[in-house]
Amino acid sequence: MTYLSRSPISVDSLLASVQSPARGGTCVFLGTVRSDDDVTGIDYSAYDDMATAEIERILGEAQERWTNARVTLQHRLGLVPLGEASIGIVAAAPHRDEAFAACRYVIEEVKQRLPVWKKELHADGTTTWVDPSGKQVAGGLRDR
Amino acid sequence: MPNVTVRFFARYAELAGCDSTAVRVSGSAATVADVLARVRETIPGARDLPPRPLAAVNLRQVKLDARVNDGDEVALLPPLAGG
Repeated sequence: MTYLSRSPISVDSLLASVQSPARGGTCVFLGTVRSDDDVTGIDYSAYDDMATAEIERILGEAQERWTNARVTLQHRLGLVPLGEASIGIVAAAPHRDEAFAACRYVIEEVKQRLPVWKKELHADGTTTWVDPSGKQVAGGLRDR
Repeated sequence: MPNVTVRFFARYAELAGCDSTAVRVSGSAATVADVLARVRETIPGARDLPPRPLAAVNLRQVKLDARVNDGDEVALLPPLAGG
């Protein structure tokens, strides 16, 4: 399984790579495209090589912090329609606390560190680059 | 005189009008900031990049005062929006 995919995310495949009889708690996080501001979809792009390297670093850090947990993720690229998942993260551990903590750690680090960008597509045909920092630069980036 | 490849992504690629370019910077202590300055000189659209964009060298995020070496890949990164 690759960390970056242009196909819909398979939660079953993610689960299969972390679950085992020894891990009784599994946490799943899905980030999906929502309908704000007449958004019909989001076009995701990435610095693929760096994103893969960064994901490996983030998952490695989670593994070091929660040694009994297993965590993995998949991030979708290309056009993701409304309601479909752009990212799936699964964490399995012997108990729920570790599973929740590892899953939360990974999504927060992804938000801070992953070189991925999104262009919102609106119902009126316009597009907007999303800037989570809220800073305005050329091209009318918007806060998200 | 390091020769580096500079890559642009997303909005910055639109501004630059290209995905990548080759840049030569002078001096053995050249930095990412020097590369950025050279890019602004050579690519008209790059003048609209913010003063201090996020940057990476060889797949790791760095500060603008990070040194660059011959053959490095420097990336200028718009605000990150993964997830």
